[in-house]
Amino acid sequence: MSNIGSYEERLRDFDWGIARQVLGWQDGELLNIGHICSDRICARGKGAKTALIWEGFGDRKARYTFDDLRVWSNGFAKLIRDDLGVGVGERVCVFMDKIPSLYFSFLGILKAGAVAQPLFSAFGDESLEVRLKSAGTTAILTTQKHVKKVRKLRERLPALKHVVVVDGDPTKVQPGETYFDVERAPRVEEFESFRAEPESRSVIHYTSGTTGQPKGAQHVHSSIWSQALTTSWVLDLRDDDTYWCTADPGWVTGTSYGIIGPWALGATQAVLDSGFVAERWYRFIQDNRITVWYSAPTAIRSLMREGEELVRKFDLSALRHLASVGEPLNAEAVVWSQKVFDGKPFHDTFWQTETGSIMISNYPGMPVKPGSMGKPFPGITATVLDLKTKEPIREPGRVGLIAFRPGWPAMFRIYWNQEDVYRSKFAGETAGRTPTELRTADDLWYVSGDRASIDPDGYYWFVGRDDDVINTGGHLVGPFEIESALIEHEAIAEAAAIAKPDPVNMEVVKAIVTLKPGFAPSADLELSIMNFIRKRLSPLAMPQEIEFKDKLPKTRSGKILRRYLRALEWGEEAGDLSTLEDD
Amino acid sequence: MADMKEVIKEYIVDEYLDDDDDIELTDTTPIISSGIVDSFSMVSLKAFLEKKYGISLPDSEATPEAFDTVQSICALVQKHLAK
Repeated sequence: MSNIGSYEERLRDFDWGIARQVLGWQDGELLNIGHICSDRICARGKGAKTALIWEGFGDRKARYTFDDLRVWSNGFAKLIRDDLGVGVGERVCVFMDKIPSLYFSFLGILKAGAVAQPLFSAFGDESLEVRLKSAGTTAILTTQKHVKKVRKLRERLPALKHVVVVDGDPTKVQPGETYFDVERAPRVEEFESFRAEPESRSVIHYTSGTTGQPKGAQHVHSSIWSQALTTSWVLDLRDDDTYWCTADPGWVTGTSYGIIGPWALGATQAVLDSGFVAERWYRFIQDNRITVWYSAPTAIRSLMREGEELVRKFDLSALRHLASVGEPLNAEAVVWSQKVFDGKPFHDTFWQTETGSIMISNYPGMPVKPGSMGKPFPGITATVLDLKTKEPIREPGRVGLIAFRPGWPAMFRIYWNQEDVYRSKFAGETAGRTPTELRTADDLWYVSGDRASIDPDGYYWFVGRDDDVINTGGHLVGPFEIESALIEHEAIAEAAAIAKPDPVNMEVVKAIVTLKPGFAPSADLELSIMNFIRKRLSPLAMPQEIEFKDKLPKTRSGKILRRYLRALEWGEEAGDLSTLEDD
Repeated sequence: MADMKEVIKEYIVDEYLDDDDDIELTDTTPIISSGIVDSFSMVSLKAFLEKKYGISLPDSEATPEAFDTVQSICALVQKHLAK
């Protein structure tokens, strides 16, 4: 029997209070995510249980118990609050690969009452700068490998008071930086965690939109109710499981389901900090007897490409439940997983940085329709809205905007310093309501920005984005950010960044550019532009194709018509072109 | 072959490593599985090889395994040069 039992029965009389039952919650307990994921598990008699099985490149391995998690996160909490003097609600960035200190420090930041701001360690200088500046980040915790990027930016970040290097050679740390290797520092057995309120800020994740720079989606400590319950019911985690979430905590899946949900339940997690190689992944599952695996369509399609022969070389018989997130999971991938993993399909799940927890999903025990996103989580009121009227669509099969009635616990509370953008996400809002009123309104819809249809059985079917944001390998990349960086290249006059279909990553970035006088298209220039963006922004943002043009299509007011270029790329109708500049 | 290995090594060191990285790149140092080059950045490495050697590497052969060491990359390039 799965944790959720009958989906249909769970829909009846659902109340978020059931999350408290799942956690065994008592009135008066401390609602602090850092505390709940470590101290609380120890207090419930599981201190000696393995919390983290970690493997890095070159067969480096380590294991940590929940008591280790408690002590090492205390170490970071003490550093942040007592030694550095970081105040409640100040942003502390975690900028490191998937090393154990990432996990300890994330919990430590929350215990100290600060806001954790995890950032993907492959970000280049510019991506990092934009996000640290936007959040007014006070402190950054990083590694010897990545601190070089921070050093280049530090003088342009006046709010950044502390740079902490958590590993490597202490003699290489520069003046003005702090060296802190938590496992070599004195053990901190006791730390009084910040007494968070349900609405105390916890985590800020940056996400990309069509216009402007990335926005910081702010979450709060009470998000844990959604995250713990969905981890139990969707991922079906049990006490004896060994769970692997392949996501990097620089993105929301890596925190909601790679840290908070599973550890709130006291589950054992495995983490592989190594590049993607199919054989290495299979060996990791085999050697650690992984039972529940939460991964992404891009990875699954990459594994499919390596063939069935490879997967059959490994004993993966411990696997009992598979799930996926990031982009729509194509039907072929579901069918393939059933074939190679002894009848077990990947269960697609749908949610976003802003939603904080799984919203639509395929559940254990519910029939999977390959290629479908599944059905709304109990307690979530979902619909698809007419593209023009923004009214719910009643007839099955018609495509609309996926939208949710606000009010679930993990919903983001604001875009950091961008209240107007936050307000624009709610269809039907005209009254100038406050953010708190918006997120509790029962007459509004939070609009996700994705399109889908609903079939007569209530299953959702993903169609695509409703905007120009590029979903590559499950990560959203904003075209504006790429275009802004492209025109900083010495050869580029104008640029548009659009999504291009890709069989493995769903979409990849394509750049369409015009050149300044004196420059001509060439393979050398193409490579130079690719590497320029890779280093400045990230490998995800790097255009995988560059098209050189003499001019770009524009509106009469001079705005580049990205939508038109995208339609050409995808062979779709370009829509209303009445504003197109005359040729 | 020796020249090719040196050219590829030099490109990887220049483009994907920092000046003060303590990594000695040999013919058999893992590049992809170690994270020196991630799977997205493999595209720029592939573009470099295609430009440098005037070949076209099909996506089906440009796998993380084939790109994991300078030695395996050279073998792939040699195979296509011979065609």
